[in-house]
Amino acid sequence: MSSDNKPLVRARNLTRHFDVSPPFLNRVLEGKQRQFVKAVENIDFDIARGETFALVGESGCGKTTVARMLVGLERPTSGSMEFDGTDIALLKTRREMRQYRRRMQMIFQDPYASLNPRWRVMSIVAEPIRSFGTVKGNDAVRARVFKLLRQVGLGEDDAYNYPHEFSGGQRQRIAIARALATRPEFVVCDEPTSALDVSVQAQILNLMKRLQKELGLSYLLITHDLAVVHHIASRVGVMYLGHLCESADTRTIFSAPRHPYTKLLLETLPDLSMQGRQRVPMAGEVPSPMNPPSGCVFHPRCPYAMEICKKKLPERQNVGHELVACHAYQAEK
Amino acid sequence: MSTHKHSNGMAVSPLTPGRRRWLRFKQNRRGYFSLLVFSVFFALSLGAEFISNDKPVLVIYQDHYYFPLFRAYPETTFGGVFATETDYKDPYFQELMEASGGRAFFPINRHRYDTINFDLAVPVPSPPTRDNLLGTDDRGRDVLARLLYGFRLSVLFGLGLTIVGTATGILFGAIQGYFGGKTDLFFQRFIEIWGSMPELYLLIIFASIFKPSLLLLLVLLSLFSWMGLSDYVRAEFLKGRNMDYVKAARALGVSNPVIMFRHLLPNGMTPVITFLPFRVSAAILALTSLDFLGLGVPPSTPSLGELLAQGKANIEAWWLSLSTFLVLVGTLMLLIFIGEALREAFDPRRR
Repeated sequence: MSSDNKPLVRARNLTRHFDVSPPFLNRVLEGKQRQFVKAVENIDFDIARGETFALVGESGCGKTTVARMLVGLERPTSGSMEFDGTDIALLKTRREMRQYRRRMQMIFQDPYASLNPRWRVMSIVAEPIRSFGTVKGNDAVRARVFKLLRQVGLGEDDAYNYPHEFSGGQRQRIAIARALATRPEFVVCDEPTSALDVSVQAQILNLMKRLQKELGLSYLLITHDLAVVHHIASRVGVMYLGHLCESADTRTIFSAPRHPYTKLLLETLPDLSMQGRQRVPMAGEVPSPMNPPSGCVFHPRCPYAMEICKKKLPERQNVGHELVACHAYQAEK
Repeated sequence: MSTHKHSNGMAVSPLTPGRRRWLRFKQNRRGYFSLLVFSVFFALSLGAEFISNDKPVLVIYQDHYYFPLFRAYPETTFGGVFATETDYKDPYFQELMEASGGRAFFPINRHRYDTINFDLAVPVPSPPTRDNLLGTDDRGRDVLARLLYGFRLSVLFGLGLTIVGTATGILFGAIQGYFGGKTDLFFQRFIEIWGSMPELYLLIIFASIFKPSLLLLLVLLSLFSWMGLSDYVRAEFLKGRNMDYVKAARALGVSNPVIMFRHLLPNGMTPVITFLPFRVSAAILALTSLDFLGLGVPPSTPSLGELLAQGKANIEAWWLSLSTFLVLVGTLMLLIFIGEALREAFDPRRR
């Protein structure tokens, strides 16, 4: 990862709030306030060409919202997300968005739900091709679909079957083939393996790795599975309650985590070397993102919490090209 | 259908959902036979001109073939006197034929819906005879012919109204369900207002302002017939738009209309198809009741409702009310049996 190279994806102060206010009449009559879920708060990250950036965190921490914003399923409330130098958050019309949509695709979590049960695999994989008209003519489209299916390790005959005739792993291969159909440069993978059997997960991850090498893809990997992160990611961002606590190289995250939340996450990893060692269980529940704690959002559960943590949101600090947001880490230095 | 083996209802791989439903529909013998019987009657009624008409289908005259159904021939063609169109029921025509050795082939029933039988022995409405198998109405027109043509008109009208209403309902429901939010809210309030308009009074008012015609009726009834369906389609779309494969399609950059009508609609067609026969029967019933009240089709159009009204006015002429009653009940019952079988075939709980 050369630092002088411009990143393919660059998010700055990316924020998304969801309006969950009660209806207007209720607000007026019952004197209720407007309410927002702060799903994503001021997130920064870069993804270089050919690298895999993993976003990890507990469920509800906003990592999926980040993914959905990047592919255009949600609009960011504020902040910018640049793709290849263009801020796609500013694109208003569908037409402007379209040319970027072709270049970034998404793989969904549940391959049982992400494929239309009424369509044959041929139509499913051909859909983006037809939508963008990247290949013209029925024969050419068919040939392209066959090639894609072979690329993801399926047979040509599979094109004429329905999704329900496949196993979960095979379905995810179909979903990957569909995502690759428009020759994207950037693929957002939203928990691509968490709906699969453990035995199949590795196959899919290896397939993703192979395709990345062959096609020069960049991945944004959304997951809560640290084993998956360790296997495939080159850099990791750790999210907690909509905030990015830490982002660093995978090796740094696993060997020398800086943020206390990252440390706690790693504690949950079972490994042979910690046999006999007492585990520190993570205390408390995740607070509601509708009403996040003051100051650092992690302070109620943080073993290093200080007075300042309750008052002031820690600022992001660059450590080389890595980043951490924690008062305790700052104080330690 | 025949290329597929049907291994006791199990969903073996190559069965598409549509085919599986068709097989399940066929398993319901009552519904399946109702569909067959209804189709046969409807097909027959489509060819009503060949079954019941006052013109011969074919005339062979001096080694020439004539088709009076499709062309008007003056009497002079067959050696008559006048240059006006031949009256094939006139005994004079038969004399001409006999004199020249020509032959005329008439349909089974020699009456059109508007042919008036002037040779009746008794005052109208006259009871069934060999000539008028189901008797005549109070203007001397053949009841069988009027039933046949009336059945055709009712079914065609029912289908037309159903198609228009279903298409409108799908469109509105799809827009509401897919876009949701403010669009949904606006349309829903509009439907509430529209739905609270008194349909029958509007029809009566319009019937008194405009010259009654089938098209006017179709338009007026269509204005109101789509509302029930749009709710179901809306619900299906609301459910469907959160499916992952719809999100996937949106993320892939597929356009909204394509997602709506290629992804969502096929999966939301269940209520549409299930309701189709019931809607046709409701439309037929609506037309019949309006005709019965005299607000429907223009006079002399063959209509079941008008026949029923005549039956009510001439209560002693049992052949009027009884035959019309049987045709109407038969039609509606067949449609309802078909509808029930369809509903069962589409029931997701019955796999």
